Amino acid sequence: MNMNDSIVSIQNVTKTYKRGSEVIHVLENISLDIGQGEYLALMGPSGSGKSTLLNLIAGLDQADSGSIEVGGIDITALSESELARWRAGNVGFIFQFYNLIPVLTAYENVELPLILTSLSGHERKEHVYTALKVVNMEDRLRHYPSQLSGGQQQRVAIARAIVTDPTILVADEPTGDLDRASAENVLELMDRLNRDMGKTIIMVTHDPWAGNKAHNMRHLDKGVLSNDYQDSHS
Amino acid sequence: MIIRILIRNAFRHKLRSILTITGIAIAILAYGLLHTVIDAWYAGVAASSANRLVTRNSISLVFRLPLSYREKIRSVDGVEIVSYGNWFGGYYRDEKDFFANFAVEPVSYLNLYPEYKIAEREKTSFLKNRKGCIAGKKLTERFGWEVGDSITLTGTIYPGKWEFVLSAVYKGKHKNVDETMFFFHWDYLNETLKKERPFSADNVGFYMIGIDKPENAASIAEAIDTTFKNSLAETLTETEKAFQLGFVAMSETILKAIQLVSFVIIVIILVVVANTMVMSVRERTAEYAVLKTIGFSGGHIAALIIGESMTITLIGGVFGILATYPAATVFSNAVGDYFPVFNITKGTILMDAAVTVIVGLSAGVVPAWGAMSIRIAEGLRRIG
Repeated sequence: MNMNDSIVSIQNVTKTYKRGSEVIHVLENISLDIGQGEYLALMGPSGSGKSTLLNLIAGLDQADSGSIEVGGIDITALSESELARWRAGNVGFIFQFYNLIPVLTAYENVELPLILTSLSGHERKEHVYTALKVVNMEDRLRHYPSQLSGGQQQRVAIARAIVTDPTILVADEPTGDLDRASAENVLELMDRLNRDMGKTIIMVTHDPWAGNKAHNMRHLDKGVLSNDYQDSHS
Repeated sequence: MIIRILIRNAFRHKLRSILTITGIAIAILAYGLLHTVIDAWYAGVAASSANRLVTRNSISLVFRLPLSYREKIRSVDGVEIVSYGNWFGGYYRDEKDFFANFAVEPVSYLNLYPEYKIAEREKTSFLKNRKGCIAGKKLTERFGWEVGDSITLTGTIYPGKWEFVLSAVYKGKHKNVDETMFFFHWDYLNETLKKERPFSADNVGFYMIGIDKPENAASIAEAIDTTFKNSLAETLTETEKAFQLGFVAMSETILKAIQLVSFVIIVIILVVVANTMVMSVRERTAEYAVLKTIGFSGGHIAALIIGESMTITLIGGVFGILATYPAATVFSNAVGDYFPVFNITKGTILMDAAVTVIVGLSAGVVPAWGAMSIRIAEGLRRIG
């Protein structure tokens, strides 16, 4: 795995929010490169801007200034609809609260991102089975989210995130709603996706234990990225 | 997959969806019934023929015209058949047992109205018997009459007990034909009047005129009225349709009120469905944010919401339309005396369907717009 090739390149990104007449500086002049196949944890206290940075990398929000390139595409130059198409093919999302659609089964939830593609029904089925097998949930295909535990739901959510074989996986507090055993399970799975399948993973967490499972860590505090680049396994 | 999502979303809150669907069904049923009532009001107009004219006293329908006008009308170019009659205004047994009854010149009248289907044997029997009468099928069913029965009507305009024998029963050739009417020989009325009230005899309430071509109606009507200009009884001649519309115009305010009520019903169902959709979308803001996150566009989200709105509305609409038929039968049985022709037309069903689609689309537009405008980051913050 060559981690010198940047898959994500962030240059001088600034993001502010307005609350009434008050301007809140969430991110200040952030520059960051994330290598192909890297597993990075963005750490920081609540309100440090880590989720905002993750949203910008994933094309969910727009930066005020600066540029963000993912896989060689400057996503700050894309329109809303272009971003939607780009996300569908390039980003897999793992959320804190799993965010599965409650009226769809595990199988259907994983299939959801594929209905935006040109894959045939048969091809979709193959992709869904493969993704569910990777997360070890192939025996829970017909279960609705309400019939699954938190850890199982998060594994289905991970299957949904990888089913389109995206360029990067972004995870926002993926273990924040799980007990320690389930969290361990999910982090092991993410580690496997990174090591065995070469997936680039950017994980936001405020939990040092979860952060230590990543291969690298960067700290954000009050919108500023610290210069220390920590190899969590060193 | 999309259809599955639409249907499952539509029934995510079963009770709410069932109540909304019930509301839509009742509203569509009410809308359909009100439209059928309006159609029933215009049934006479719909059944009128472009080949028939009506001549009456120009002052008012209550004033009569001399029988001697018949030959003069017949001599007008384009006139093919001249019949005549009087509104009798009698009732059977009790004043509540009221129905439309006319004294008519039988041969010409039946020639003018080929839409009345009568068995040849019964027709011959009617024409031969001076006291014979014809009744519509629905009227005979209402009172349990059969051919050969003696029927006594009590006159209101022409007082006394009037004896008849039911010689024939007519059926309509098409659904628009009123099957609740009662006809008897004008001569029977006139001869009785000659004996009892001679000053009223040899006068008719109206002339029914058959003409050669509908396009000649205006000129023939003008020619007839000109013939009797400056006479003691000037005439007003108009097409049968215009004559019928004159009766409808008397109830115009009621009709406008019914139309207003049906419009209000549409607004109510629109609000009911829109309310359901707004609540559903508000509850699912985070889900729509998730869908956007994984690549669904604003258009996809809008299609899902409008599709759900259409699903709920169409189910309600179909139930409403299906329920309109038995409801109309019950309604017709209850008020058949007032609405002899009470049929659900294709037009009414198409209107029901159009209203259903318009409501489904409109109710989904505002929540869809709201969901399309959700910023993903903001929507995701609503989770947890």
